[in-house]
Amino acid sequence: MIKAILIFNNHGKPRLIRFYQYFTEDMQQQIIRETFHLVSKRDDNVCNFLEGGSLIGGSDYKLIYRHYATLYFVFCVDSSESELGILDLIQVFVETLDKCFENVCELDLIFHMDKVHYILQEVVMGGMVLETNMNEIVAQVEVQNRLEKSEVLNCLFCHVNSSPINREATKPAVPDQHRLRPL
Amino acid sequence: MSDVVEKTLTALPSLLSLDSHSGSTKLSSSSKLGNLIRGITELTSKHEEEKLIQRELASIKEQVSSPNTSMRQMKELMVRAIYCEMLGYEASFSYIHAIKLAQQGTALEKRVGYLAVSLFLNESHELLLLLVNTVLKDLQSTNLIEVCMALTVVSQMFPKDMIPAILPLVEEKLTHPKEIIRRKAVLALYKFYLIAPNQVQHIHNKFRKALCDKDPGVMTASLHIYLQMIQENPEGYKDLTASFVTILKQVVAGKLPMDFNYHSVPAPWLQIQLLRILAFLGKNDQSSSEIMYDILEESLRRAEINHNITYAILYECVKCIYTIHPKSELLEKAAKCIGNFVLSTKINLKYLGLKALTYVVQQDPKLALQHQVTIIECLDHPDLIIKRETLELLFRITNAQNVAVIVEKMLEFLRGNKDDYTTIDLVGKVAELAEKYAPNNEWFIETMSTVFSVGGDTMQPDIPNSFLKLLSEGFDSVEEDRKLKLFAVDSYVSLLQGEPGKLPQRFLQVISWVLGEYSYLRGELDAATVLRLLAKLLDTKSTSSETKSWVLMAMTKVCEGGVGVSVAQEVCETYSSSLDTALRQRAQELQHLSQDRDLRAKVLPREAGSEPLEVDSSLSFLDGFVSEALAAGAAPYKPHHQRQEELAQAKALSMEPYGLPISMSSCSIADRQSPTLLSVSSGLSGDSPSLSQKGGSTTPKLDGVKRVWGRQGYLVQTEPVEESDLVEVTGPLQSPNQQAGADGPPSQTPTLKPTPQPEQEKQQLASSLFVGLGSQSSLCLMGKPEATTQRFRRKAKGPVLSSSTGEQISNSSVSASSMANNLLCNDLLDSNITSETAAPSLEQTPQLSRDLPAANGACAVESTDRDVKENSASLIGDNRLVAADPAPRGDRGKLKDFSAHLPAEFSGLCHSDISPLASNQSLDVSACHVQKEDSLVLVVFMYNSSDDAIPHILLELRSDELEVSCEGDSPVEEARSRSVAVCQYSLTVKKPSVHVEVAGTVSYQLPVGTSQSVQFSYKLPLTSFIRPLTVSTEEYGTMWLDFSHDTKQKLTPICLGQEPLMDTLNVLKKKLKLHVVEIIGMEGIVACRVLRDQPCLMHCRLHAGALSVWLRSPVPDLPDCLMYHCQRALQEH
Repeated sequence: MIKAILIFNNHGKPRLIRFYQYFTEDMQQQIIRETFHLVSKRDDNVCNFLEGGSLIGGSDYKLIYRHYATLYFVFCVDSSESELGILDLIQVFVETLDKCFENVCELDLIFHMDKVHYILQEVVMGGMVLETNMNEIVAQVEVQNRLEKSEVLNCLFCHVNSSPINREATKPAVPDQHRLRPL
Repeated sequence: MSDVVEKTLTALPSLLSLDSHSGSTKLSSSSKLGNLIRGITELTSKHEEEKLIQRELASIKEQVSSPNTSMRQMKELMVRAIYCEMLGYEASFSYIHAIKLAQQGTALEKRVGYLAVSLFLNESHELLLLLVNTVLKDLQSTNLIEVCMALTVVSQMFPKDMIPAILPLVEEKLTHPKEIIRRKAVLALYKFYLIAPNQVQHIHNKFRKALCDKDPGVMTASLHIYLQMIQENPEGYKDLTASFVTILKQVVAGKLPMDFNYHSVPAPWLQIQLLRILAFLGKNDQSSSEIMYDILEESLRRAEINHNITYAILYECVKCIYTIHPKSELLEKAAKCIGNFVLSTKINLKYLGLKALTYVVQQDPKLALQHQVTIIECLDHPDLIIKRETLELLFRITNAQNVAVIVEKMLEFLRGNKDDYTTIDLVGKVAELAEKYAPNNEWFIETMSTVFSVGGDTMQPDIPNSFLKLLSEGFDSVEEDRKLKLFAVDSYVSLLQGEPGKLPQRFLQVISWVLGEYSYLRGELDAATVLRLLAKLLDTKSTSSETKSWVLMAMTKVCEGGVGVSVAQEVCETYSSSLDTALRQRAQELQHLSQDRDLRAKVLPREAGSEPLEVDSSLSFLDGFVSEALAAGAAPYKPHHQRQEELAQAKALSMEPYGLPISMSSCSIADRQSPTLLSVSSGLSGDSPSLSQKGGSTTPKLDGVKRVWGRQGYLVQTEPVEESDLVEVTGPLQSPNQQAGADGPPSQTPTLKPTPQPEQEKQQLASSLFVGLGSQSSLCLMGKPEATTQRFRRKAKGPVLSSSTGEQISNSSVSASSMANNLLCNDLLDSNITSETAAPSLEQTPQLSRDLPAANGACAVESTDRDVKENSASLIGDNRLVAADPAPRGDRGKLKDFSAHLPAEFSGLCHSDISPLASNQSLDVSACHVQKEDSLVLVVFMYNSSDDAIPHILLELRSDELEVSCEGDSPVEEARSRSVAVCQYSLTVKKPSVHVEVAGTVSYQLPVGTSQSVQFSYKLPLTSFIRPLTVSTEEYGTMWLDFSHDTKQKLTPICLGQEPLMDTLNVLKKKLKLHVVEIIGMEGIVACRVLRDQPCLMHCRLHAGALSVWLRSPVPDLPDCLMYHCQRALQEH
């Protein structure tokens, strides 16, 4: 089981927090701080595994992390997960984000926190690995996006039809619509 | 018209902001989230951030609760609330709105609502109940996305009690045409399985269907469930072994669609999962293992592309190969793989290699030898994690020869370590090693001092406790004993003369106890000096008041002579007015005892530790007082829980009929027990270690033993070797380096080449670390679990032992000779047995017993244990077997028949099979349970298979779920040679659980002086505790309304004839001993109680071919457990 997924930047600012096991709000923040403390002082040329943070659980738990540019991706897992497997899962997750956001950067994660959550939900569900195939994940996310797009269009057109005068006003909005598609 | 235009115009900006997804930096300025984020990033101090967020939260709160806020705006607000929560600011006001959004919004708004709910709430949050209906609705939706969302939220968190409500819908999704839905449904069911296993019991067949799903994704998801279930119960799924192997074969052969490839490796995560499952299935099972050999080999061969993920597969392969029944060719290949890992330059692989080594080193210590140079390098690795893992590995290979070097390495690491968690863990390990393998007194005391000072106050409290216990209990050799204590006193005195203020409190407590207890041993040491040193501690500011108590206690023990008394008086003056009552008490004691020498000698006798202290646990000396008080009209004592219960009852209207007879007996039991507790707590009063040690002198050294058995439980063959291990290197310890020079492991020599200076250092270190791991290593490693014998062995100076010691040391590490040695020792011991047992076996006289053809008359007379008395006629030792066949010592237990020893009063009652639980070289423990009408009796048989009587047997039972009380007068005290001692315990359920377990420890002192203990555990189903509860329908009615805990479930009834309800209830009645109160049409009411006095009522109704069962009880969890057993009973039928 995956117990928690934490993403924070080089300064320890949380960018995405997802716990699959209940912790109180204070405890969560403490875990984030401690994890950042543990991870941030490690060089890039040491191993990607950390054992036994005292907060999230005893020796059964491991922190598996990867450092990308300004962000740390940390998965906290128990002994039923394969270390290297999770390490590659992080890679899959990040590559998926990259596909969805086109050259993903920290800002994407900040401003589209909800989107990132949706993508993550297609990878890990309730602490269990749901899908490891990047194409499949992207496909699922796209299904949802199509829904989003159709809803926005519906909304626009219902107004547009009722007021022909306003057609001019909607025009600049249309090219913007296309930007949804790559997602 | 104009208002429509107006609306469109206002809607536009928010629509636009929604649209700009990709170019995030260009996020529209109107986005409020964007503003918030920008605002936060511009801030510099935490304080400002807090202010900003509070402002933000206030504005969100206002908007959220305004009725004019549209769902669309709500969605945006929710994202902002999520953001604030992520930063650690509570936004609990928005929780209810998140649920509302999930309930009422459109699909997109729902998505945000569900996300917010799953981030904000937890399984036990009360608001979650409001979500159940929404989830129900969405599960039935035709919109696939809504179904997906519902399944996701359900698997993230769902109230346990509400699972039955949605279970049928989720089950239905297993046959959904869409693959993604099926997959999510499987995972949701897995989640249910984790939080409420008995709820999903009936759908195990569907899991199998999921495993055979045409879509590999669904199959992969179902493996989660199987991994979990197989881990819990490998026996139940052996039939699937071949299927898993086939699946893995197909995956490895690339039969899956290309889509599943990751870096051109076919479905690597799936492979990993399958390998893990196979490891569980093949463990200790040769036939299952044989099925897997081929595919494991194939996997090893295929996984040769150098990508991260193939290493993951390799690692799992290797672990699997070492877990299942061994096959030498595979082991060889796996060992090579481990080698590649360890030698890899990739640090992650090195880490995993070390982990794998740690895992396999017990089975194959030579592997560690092969990689010793690498291991040494890893010890100096810059990465702390690698270092720690290496120490872990070294910990596993520690033996008496390399202990000094390894412990030194560990302490070195500890001194530089700042992480509390690691410190606690490692300190425990060092202490364990020191106790087990200490080469000499000085080293032991010094190491423990370092442990105490490094471990500080964070370490496990049992470390100082067991250390003090070890000191006080001593060993056989009085001289050695004295030396150890003396050395401790000396080193502590010098520590106190230094800077005691820097020492951790725990250490100070240990020091003061030791000085108080043993400083008199050092004759030239003036009591006054010790007192002054201790008094200095009291004056130190950093000393905690707990420590001060210890110090005062120690002073009380030491104070002597004119100067001493005056120092003591001084201290008393200061502390007799202390605000801390415990300190004041100690000061008073000190004052009085320091003045009255005779009284002190009586209260605090020297060497009290060595004599068993008689504790009058029944507090009989208070009987007079109690009866006087009762006569004077005092209320009889009621234990706490009973008072609580009565209080609770007094508050509510009592609907129950008065005076169930059972409650009386529970009261009397409690009455008997509670004074014991009282006496212990009153006796403790502060100086816990000395008392616990006094009281515990008959229960020696349990801690050490427990740890050892626990950790290496799977070393099966420990028994035959341990005698030889007893003889292994003792007393005079050579310096490890020297030792290494003398008989370094032979396999290392060929790898040695003339090397430059630093290399040589490494080699030297290697040889000192890996000494004793050579071909004779099997001896050391196998012997390891026998920790206690080793620990005490260094004190034992029997002539036999010392002679074979020499033999062992001179033994030149050739496996053949060590084998010979081994055999020799066995022979030595066995010949004793044969010679002694031969005599009585000649006198064997035919007995009346049908069970055993031969018997030992002498034995029967000897074992006059109270329980066995009645049937002493049929009391038969099984030494016939031993005498006839002394060699296979391990087999004795199996052949023995204890049923003859079952106390006569149980003869007519039904009892379970007598199952062997544990054994060691001198004692075999078996047990069975007998179902009496009003109680369940656990009968423990202890067969003493050695030639000497074992005095002072102490049997301790404990259980989380059960209350254990000893039946009859007293537990067994001794077991004569070759006879059986029987103990009876009455068990009642304290906390219901599907299976309950009793763990026990038999500890005893061998005549030679070493103490031993045997641990066992006995598992029994809850059904053994169920008894019918005879109530009338009216009584049933009132009880039903009273009970608060319930569970409902649909079961499949049994159809034998016309009346399925009757048949089902009859089966339940027969199997679970339920009482059928009444059957009215299609409904039946049934009652039972779980011993001792926990009623449970059942209501079943037959409807549309299903039996809806409703269980109610005042006891939490009981309905769930009973439901499980009902289900089982019906399934098995």
